[in-house]
Amino acid sequence: MDIHEYQAKEVLSNFGVEIPAGALAYSPEQAAYRAREMGGDKWIVKAQVHAGGRGKAGGVKLCDDDHEIQAACEDMFGKKLVTHQTGPEGKGIYRVYVEAAVPIDREIYLGFVLDRTSQRIMIVASAEGGMEIEEISESKPESIVRSTVEPAVGLRDFQAREIAFQLGIEPGLTQAMVRTLQGCYRAFRDLDATMVEINPLVVTGDNRILALDAKMTFDDNALFRHPQISELRDKSQEDPREARAADRGLSYVGLDGNIGCIVNGAGLAMATMDTIKLAGGEPANFLDIGGGATPERVAKAFRLVMSDKNVQAVLVNIFAGINRCDWVAEGVVQALREVQVDVPVIVRLAGTNVEEGQKILAKSGLPIIRATTLMEAAERSVSAWKSDISPNLKAV
Amino acid sequence: MSIYLDRDTRVIVQGITGRMAQFHTKDMLDYGTNVVAGVVPGKGGETVQGVPVFDTVKEAVAATQANASLVFVPPPFAADSIMEAADAGIEYCVCITDGIPAQDMIQVKRYMMRYPKERRMVLTGPNCAGTISPGKAMLGIMPGHIFLPGHVGIVGRSGTLGYEAAAQLKERGIGVSTSVGIGGDPINGSSFRDILEQFENDDDTHVIAMIGEIGGPQEAEAAAYIQDHVTKPVVAYVAGLTAPKGRTMGHAGAIISAFGESASEKVEILSAAGVTVAENPAVIGETIASVM
Repeated sequence: MDIHEYQAKEVLSNFGVEIPAGALAYSPEQAAYRAREMGGDKWIVKAQVHAGGRGKAGGVKLCDDDHEIQAACEDMFGKKLVTHQTGPEGKGIYRVYVEAAVPIDREIYLGFVLDRTSQRIMIVASAEGGMEIEEISESKPESIVRSTVEPAVGLRDFQAREIAFQLGIEPGLTQAMVRTLQGCYRAFRDLDATMVEINPLVVTGDNRILALDAKMTFDDNALFRHPQISELRDKSQEDPREARAADRGLSYVGLDGNIGCIVNGAGLAMATMDTIKLAGGEPANFLDIGGGATPERVAKAFRLVMSDKNVQAVLVNIFAGINRCDWVAEGVVQALREVQVDVPVIVRLAGTNVEEGQKILAKSGLPIIRATTLMEAAERSVSAWKSDISPNLKAV
Repeated sequence: MSIYLDRDTRVIVQGITGRMAQFHTKDMLDYGTNVVAGVVPGKGGETVQGVPVFDTVKEAVAATQANASLVFVPPPFAADSIMEAADAGIEYCVCITDGIPAQDMIQVKRYMMRYPKERRMVLTGPNCAGTISPGKAMLGIMPGHIFLPGHVGIVGRSGTLGYEAAAQLKERGIGVSTSVGIGGDPINGSSFRDILEQFENDDDTHVIAMIGEIGGPQEAEAAAYIQDHVTKPVVAYVAGLTAPKGRTMGHAGAIISAFGESASEKVEILSAAGVTVAENPAVIGETIASVM
């Protein structure tokens, strides 16, 4: 789960990471008012969306007075911010964060990740802040400092000092840097984060170390023990289809194609998408309905897939192992009687009792296109989509 | 031979009183697996499917000489159960549970290191379908009848995609020595490399099939290991060619976040290591048959 910059800053600041003065606003008037309340003579107005690359996309503006703040906010509120991370549809701006500008001496990149190779928490830092880490690893790979944390004892101060010295932090600020690193580490560990990124972490003209931006991602599997983090979820930043799927216990990722997929198992779901592509089509979604394909779950899945207006054919691919194909077939028939599906439906069942399953589909009287192999299912979906789409195209 | 599991393996089921666990315990017993005990704290003395239940893994091991465990415990408590098994002297543990926090798995891995290698439990999973040595024993939730006994070693992240491969093999009359699910989580008990090493040393395994997916470094590690150490033919399929970058595809670990983690990059790395790559999931069986 992702959270906003202002939320991540508040979380980190509770763990001792220093941040500039700032305030959240839900309207241009509130932004101007809160900037005045805060004091100072230069402010940064930052759109709060769950995506990086906001600066280049016009989501971060430097302002000198109330009027500029108000004008910057009017340009942002209610708009969709499109950055290289949001996709073409962008993310809606409903909150802005107004922050006091600070004099910057140097910018540092600081990230904490779950490293899958060492199976530990890893710190990644670079003296070349301000750029994205992908850019840094392209252009200045030698500047990247890495350090992994031994889980039994946590991050040791000597490790934090080593990082500070490798980044060229001046001796007088080593302690402040150690505090920042320890704060981020403790927030990561205590709150089950999967990523903390401060880019840039800055050394100011008046010798402070401040987090100028902050991003945090949390482990969805650990939210059960962090209700205060679950509270920070902002559904306005999620694909509405995916949010709806998550609320129904289905694992769904929306894509740009037009062949909807309903599959049991994540690996098989990805493999089904790949086969559709090989057959010349484009998958509209990833959807794993879980191991047991109960009629209720199949019906939910159809409703979800059909809520995507781009879907022009639906491919159901179920490997019934423990559950038999005849039972799954009855579920599919029941779901199709309940849910209005006005596009071709292709069903491929495999596993136990395939023949009985096929018979049930055939006898249902529903216009189900049947397939036996995965490749056949993908090919039939693509041709069904092509023949189905042509009358519509003519109508347009 | 086969790896990890055979007729003599003495199995306990942790969390045996749960609905799913009861169902699959019966299935494993029907398959011929030697399930000797269950463990649920506070339910010692009960029986499930004729199997005695104990309060702790230590008691179960003392009473039944169990050496393998299947963990069906819910996510918040699963890591603790795995560590309990490791401490009680269990040699092989499969964890089915999906949804264990990643940092709990970091702790599990660290905890297991406290035992010397010869006494260290082997863990496969979590978030997997389990392990089966066809015709001998099954430690998991897979449909046993889709696997024929034979000489192909299967290792994969995904349950149903693994079934798909096994079913394609069965259609051709090709059997399996052992099939191991390593699970879809970012931090798991055993890697592809660990299982490849077992198959390389198993006389019963003649060909190895590896079913990977996007995300993480394990396919690339496996490729390096295959190049240097594996003499048996290896066939691979990698799911997720159409998966977008930065999105989690069902499995917590199926996310492309770094260089080398996309399906096409993994295919390239594996091909370069001499692995025969099946281009699509429909030809996994055919590709394995072609190298036998």
